[in-house]
Amino acid sequence: MIRLEELTKIFETRDGRAVAADHVSMEVREGEICILLGPSGCGKTTTLKMINRLIPPTSGKVFINGQDTTDYDTITLRRGVGYVIQQIGLFPNMTVAGNIGVVPQMLGWDKPRIDRRVAELLEMVSLDPAVFMHRFPKELSGGQQQRVGVARALAADPPVLLMDEPFGAIDPINRGLIQDEFLKMQRKLGKTILFVSHDIDEAVKMGDKIALFSEGRLQQFDSPDNVLAHPANDFVADFVGRDRTLKRLPLACAADVLERDVSQADVGAVHVRVSLSDDLRTVVSLMFAHELDRLPCVDTQGRYAGCITLSGITRHLGQTYREPDVGGGRERADGEGG
Amino acid sequence: MSTVVLPRSWAASCGWLLFLACLVLLGWWAYAADLVGTLLGYQDQIVYLTGQHIELVAISGSLAIVTGIPLGVFLSRPFFRRYSENCMQLLNIGTTIPTLAVLALSMTFLGIGTKPAIFALWVASLLYIVRNTYSGLVSVPSHLIEAAHGIGMTPRQILWHVELPNAMYVIFAGVRTALTINVGTVPLAFLIGGGGLGQLIFTGIDLDETGMMLAGAIPTALLAVVVDALMSGAAYLLIPRGVNPLR
Repeated sequence: MIRLEELTKIFETRDGRAVAADHVSMEVREGEICILLGPSGCGKTTTLKMINRLIPPTSGKVFINGQDTTDYDTITLRRGVGYVIQQIGLFPNMTVAGNIGVVPQMLGWDKPRIDRRVAELLEMVSLDPAVFMHRFPKELSGGQQQRVGVARALAADPPVLLMDEPFGAIDPINRGLIQDEFLKMQRKLGKTILFVSHDIDEAVKMGDKIALFSEGRLQQFDSPDNVLAHPANDFVADFVGRDRTLKRLPLACAADVLERDVSQADVGAVHVRVSLSDDLRTVVSLMFAHELDRLPCVDTQGRYAGCITLSGITRHLGQTYREPDVGGGRERADGEGG
Repeated sequence: MSTVVLPRSWAASCGWLLFLACLVLLGWWAYAADLVGTLLGYQDQIVYLTGQHIELVAISGSLAIVTGIPLGVFLSRPFFRRYSENCMQLLNIGTTIPTLAVLALSMTFLGIGTKPAIFALWVASLLYIVRNTYSGLVSVPSHLIEAAHGIGMTPRQILWHVELPNAMYVIFAGVRTALTINVGTVPLAFLIGGGGLGQLIFTGIDLDETGMMLAGAIPTALLAVVVDALMSGAAYLLIPRGVNPLR
């Protein structure tokens, strides 16, 4: 769990004081990914770097698992918090194994333990230890390098991971792949993650929570669906775009809008079918492509499970506007209504 | 030499042919002038003076390394960054003063002999090492330093495990230049009684004895080539593979 309390950073510049982060308060629960989102210069990276004190805060506090981080010295704090950056920052003079083993080595682990951990981590990020362990960073592709970067951050099994646009420099195809793998890994590891991004689509895909920043202020802190459905102000509405409802489609899957009482005969002879786990973006795309407003849905065994209708989908998307107590652009979402 | 490097490109093979042609011409000339016989006549002096020569290079060179690298490291530290460019300018002035002048100056307060020679040679080699150490260190990409800070390395660990290894190639290049120049400068040391192969060269010039002069010049040239080759071999072997463009 990470809690930021009134975290503020003021830079003294030649033309006066620049407020990079203005009384930022939020709480990320254990095992959640929180995306710090916003345009460049909005204070998201400054906020992230104040957590491991790469940027010393002007005022305010950071708590990790309830512990005030000013109780730790800077070095101890950083060794207990994983850190991944966009430029990856693997040390070119060390092998992959050397890079991943840096933190364990500083923590005084013995060699066999470090070796075991390196192999385990490489497998976790889908790189074959036998092949990659003794390579140097320059002998890896960008995607492979960032996998090693993530492995290095996880080496000493820190409960908290800070990621500064980690997948920003990777080509779109590999980025999608590495995002999926990362989410799969996170489901097993359950780390508390703060993740800086400027890409709303990445935020919606990766985040359990989105913290949207502008001009150093936290504009909205909420679940991706609520940020898209209930922007707190004009800035948020502008940032998430006029097509924001479409961006909510990937957040739900066919099972959420399934109409079980419609028989297969009522759907008619349709050759396109979707499965329960397909997200609504895929479903809607198929509907548009085939000029259909209803599609049969099958379960994992391929048996007919029910029907998906366009009106069912719009009803699902509109539901949040009909329930007055859900959403509404809360600044803080520590309750989230159970 | 156990292996022969086969030239690949056309230009390289031309270069090799030219080099071989020069070698053949040189050999013919040496034979005609009975150079080998003349040189053999100076054998004892060559061996003795080469020893002195190497000693001067070794002492002044290692002094330059053990002072130059720490100085470069110091200049590159963040707390000193804002003054470091001025310091580099100061050191640059040091190299614009001709070595002969430095020799003369050092003789005025250290007297005659090995001591002022070593001092002047140290001054002549220092800058290359300091400058390359400094520029090698400041050109280590800032994101590497950030990553190192971010994972909790101490400034000292960052210097030893990240900055120095990544600057090593540039530092080595500086040491290599410094030592090669040092070998070529040592003959001047003879002028203030520092010894070395300069003795044969300058005496040969004074007496108009080409043989004697060459007995000093050829070993000096060979020594420079050998030192250069040794340094590049050391760079190949000692610099980690990940940051070594040679491997």
